[in-house]
Formats: sequence, C-alpha cells, structure tokens
Amino acid sequence: MSGDPKLERIARGNALALCATGTWTASFAPVLERMVTEAEKLAGTPQSIFIDVSEIAQLDTFGAWLIERLRRSLTKGPVEAQIAGLSANYSSLVDEVRRVRATAVVDSNPITISGMLEQIGRAVAGVAGTVAGLVDMLGAVLAAWFRVLIHPRSFRLTSTVHHMEQVCWRAVPIIVLITFLIGCIIAQQGIFHFRRFGADIFVVDMLGVLVLREIGVLLVAIMVAGRSGSAYTAELGSMKMREEIDALRTMGFDPIEVLVLPRMMALVLALPILAFLGAMAALYGGGLVAWLYGGVQPEAFLLRLRDAISIDHFIVGIVKAPVMAAVIGIVACVEGLAVQGSAESLGQHTTASVVKGIFFVIVMDGVFAIFFASIGM
Amino acid sequence: MAGEIQNPIIRVRDITVQFGATRVLDGLNLDVKRGEILGFVGPSGAGKSVLTRTIIGLVPKVAGSIEVFGVDLDSSGASQRRNVERRWGVLFQQGALFSSLTVRQNIQFPMREYLRVSQRLMDEITMAKLTMVGLKPEVAERFPSELSGGMIKRVALARALSLDPDLVFLDEPTSGLDPIGAGDFDELVRTLQRTLGLTVFMVTHDLDSLYTACDRIAVLGNGKIIAAGSIADMQASQHPWLRQYFHGKRARAVMG
Repeated sequence: MSGDPKLERIARGNALALCATGTWTASFAPVLERMVTEAEKLAGTPQSIFIDVSEIAQLDTFGAWLIERLRRSLTKGPVEAQIAGLSANYSSLVDEVRRVRATAVVDSNPITISGMLEQIGRAVAGVAGTVAGLVDMLGAVLAAWFRVLIHPRSFRLTSTVHHMEQVCWRAVPIIVLITFLIGCIIAQQGIFHFRRFGADIFVVDMLGVLVLREIGVLLVAIMVAGRSGSAYTAELGSMKMREEIDALRTMGFDPIEVLVLPRMMALVLALPILAFLGAMAALYGGGLVAWLYGGVQPEAFLLRLRDAISIDHFIVGIVKAPVMAAVIGIVACVEGLAVQGSAESLGQHTTASVVKGIFFVIVMDGVFAIFFASIGM
Repeated sequence: MAGEIQNPIIRVRDITVQFGATRVLDGLNLDVKRGEILGFVGPSGAGKSVLTRTIIGLVPKVAGSIEVFGVDLDSSGASQRRNVERRWGVLFQQGALFSSLTVRQNIQFPMREYLRVSQRLMDEITMAKLTMVGLKPEVAERFPSELSGGMIKRVALARALSLDPDLVFLDEPTSGLDPIGAGDFDELVRTLQRTLGLTVFMVTHDLDSLYTACDRIAVLGNGKIIAAGSIADMQASQHPWLRQYFHGKRARAVMG
C-alpha cells in the first residue's frame, strides 16, 4: 500500500487539482520537497486550486508540512487553495501544522570584517578584565584565609588533605620520572659538548645550578598547571554548570572558603614538595648519566656539586614554588567559576586555565630572575 | 495488517541485568504493542530507567533477548541497528540536550545526519515541531542553559520526534512540569500517537498521565513485571504496592 510519493496535476477548466499519492514521510523528504517547490510555481495561474490528499498512504509531519506549505504559497489574492479528501486520521496532524507560523530564521552572526575587528578589540579589552578577575580572586582568597586564621575551626582540613593527595601524592611518580629524564638529558648534552674543551667536570656545575635554580621548579610548575590546574577548572566548572555552587551560596556557605581555599592551600603546600623531589630526581639522573656516560665517579660528582652550589641556589628555586602555585591556583579557580552553561564553555575555560597558568608561571619566573639578580643571590 | 498489529513492537524476553552483585532485572518479560501508549510504573529504584536503557542498548544485559520492530538487537548488524535507531526517539529524564548547540540545531541534528533536505525545510519543520510541543518560535535561537526545566523537556521531546519516529521512549516526561503543562503534554502525546501511529513507552510517576494518556500499564517490582493491563485491572489488583499506589491519598484526589 505504500509507494513512491507523487503529485499529479489535473486541470479542469479554471480549476486545478493536485493529487498527492504515495508515502509522504520523512524518508522521502528530498523528493517531496522538489515536487512541492515545482508545484509552487503554479501560484496565481488558475482560478481555484484543490490539493487532493485522499490517496496518500502515509503522512507524517514532514509530509503534512509540505502540503501546508504548498497550500500557503498557492493561496494568493482572491485564489484560495483548499485541501480536500483529508482522512480523519490525519486531520489533526494537518490542523497541528496549520498553526505553525512561518518565521524566517536569521543567521545570527554573519562573518564580516568589522565583526572580526570588533572581536580583536573585545579580546584586547578583555585582558584588563582577566587581570582584574585574578586580583579579585586573590583578594577573596586572602580574605577567606584571614577569616580562617581568626576562626581556625572553619578551616576545611579534610578537604585540604584530600586535595593534597590528588595534587601532591598522586603526582609524585610522573613528576619524578620526568624530572629524572630531564636531568639525564641535561647531563648527557653537557658532557657531549664540554668534552671537546676537556671540561667534562663542569657539567656538574651546570646541572646543579640549572636544576636547583630554574628547571626543577619551572618544569614542575608547568606540569602541575597542566595536571592540577586543568582538574580544578573542570571540577569547579562542572559544579557551576550543575548549580552546585549556587546551592552552596543559598545554604550560607562561601564557595571561596569551601571550594577554593582548600584547593589553593593544597597547591601551595604541594608545589614546594614536588619541586624538591623533582630537583633531587633530576640531580640523581644527571649524576647517573655523568657516571655511566661521562665516567665521572659518584664521589667526584658529589664533591664537585658541594663546591659548585650553595644553599642560595636551593633557596632561590624553592622560594618561587609557593608563589607559582598560588598563581596556578588562582587562574584555575577564576576560570572554573567563569564557566557558563555549555560543555563547549567548559572546554574553553579549561584550555584557558592551562594556557594562562603556564604563561603566568613563566612571567613570574622572569620577575624572580630580575629580583634575585638585583639583590645578588 | 492484522498480523502486524499482533506482532509486538518491542518484545523483551527473560532479561537479566546485574550491577556488581545486585540483580536489578531478573528474567523480565514485556511486550509493547504497536500503536499503544504503555505506562511503566514501579517504586523508585526498581529499575524502570534501567529497563528503558537496556532496551535502547545503553546498559549491557547478562541474559535474555530484545526485539524491536522484529529485529533482534544482539544479532543485528550495524546498518540494521542504525535503521532501528532511526525509527525510535528517546526523551531522557534530564533532557540531554546538546549544551553547545541552540534549540534549533538540537532539533535539526538528527535530520542533518539521516535526511538530505534543504536548510529551509529543516528550519520549517523545526518551527512545526516547536509549535507542536507548545513552544514559541523565539526559543529556537536560545541555548539549553537559557531554558527553564519545562522548556528543556519540551525541546527534548521535539528533538526525539524530529525524524517522526514510530516509537518513542519517554523517561518521566511530565516530572518538573506544572499541572497544566503536564496535562498539555499528555494531550500532546495522545495527539501524536493518534496522528502518527506512534507507539509510546512511557516511564512515569504521574497518576494523571496514567489515567488520561496510557492505554496499558505495566508495573515493575522485584526485577519482574508484577502486573500489566488496563487502569481498571490495576485498580482491581490485590498486590499490596499496587493497592497503595492506586488507592492512596493522591490517587483518590486524581479520581475525584
């Protein structure tokens, strides 16, 4: 009983009958649309038009709408197109689509040059907003911290310990592995190039200074920004999406105190520990390569290391760690709380969190370098 | 035609679903007939959503077989399965709208995948679907996060219906709607069922829906169907949970 849809024209004097037959459903939609567009060109020619639908085997919303569309476009001035032979089964469906108001859909944002310029302008102006947001969050976190200092019982120790486990303990294997490998590579490259000058042993100086002052903490901070900063943003962002943060507020809790402060504390405590472990792993890896590849005996390596570096180098490195942790944490939390309702927004803010986190870590490192150089450390 | 009517559109046989040690569904049998609205009730946590998700293929089953449109979903190939999937629509409990697409794009998503029709027709059909589910055309350009709970339900129904399916699964469609909206929704499901010959599998807790919209009711308990039949059968049943459900304070209020 079903078959390919057809729309036949039967002219009777001044009147025109359009006979629709077959299956008028979604699966035939392309064919149907072509036929209807073709028939729409008849508008205005005959005196009266009937659309006979009595032979239609099957009708769904697509078919019903196309018939309604045909009826509308054939109705012009004095001519009114009529639908005839509608079975009781389908009359309510046709009535339903008759209620549809045809509204033109406007393309919401066409791409224009002025639009692109506007976007650039907004992005530049947004930089100030970003900095203001970071300062705002820093203030809010410090305020929450002072409140906790006054009322120590409101500090969320369990939550902080939980985040310490996530950020610090679980990060140890990967951080130690990567810094170990970086230590190996630095030592190998140093020995390879210094050997030409017969200065093999100076690789120990280079390794010690580089790892303790710069690489150890910088590398670890970048890894933490990618590993934990992104996690913070995603956690807070999905909580924001599900209105969990609003729920906290209505219960009289400060989201900064409940969610942000424990995360910040965990990160500020974790990064110096990770930076120390990372530096040790890098020195161990460097020492191993110096021994196996460069022939520097471990005793000689340690003696040289003791001469080459002082406690100042270590302090310079480790002092930077909590500051970088704070920067990563603040960026991650600001981005997390800025997430809007959609999954796309969550992705964008997580990306922004990592990119901005790494950027600010490197900027801070530069600021520290200038500072330590000027005080002669 | 007669043979087709007797063939159930969904045939579930001896389904067992287990999560760890807890057996949620235990040798369950269920038939859904062509063109009917089946209301599916049961206590919270009895596994109503689990059964729905098992039929759709989102939850793996331990034993049993499921046939939809006469196709065994375990032994069917990928293209056969796609054909079945194209003929059903699912309304999830939370709507499950794509959050980064507008309402219009959400409704057009299945059309874009399965049909080759012009953008104009897709836009027009979208407007028709929005009108059908009782929403204004202005909603089309909004994002799901900018909609109220009831509107999300309606848009999700419009998306489930976007390809004019033969079968729709509705998971608590009227929860979170105001009584008038819920009544309209029941009426809408009825209308669609009448006009499109739709088969509806509706998980619900709404007694009004059971009375006004459903042709048949199935009750889930202890991992099995404990009763199935018309609303009159349910009221006559002596099962303790059913007695409480259909003769409780709220049920009396509905019956007036």
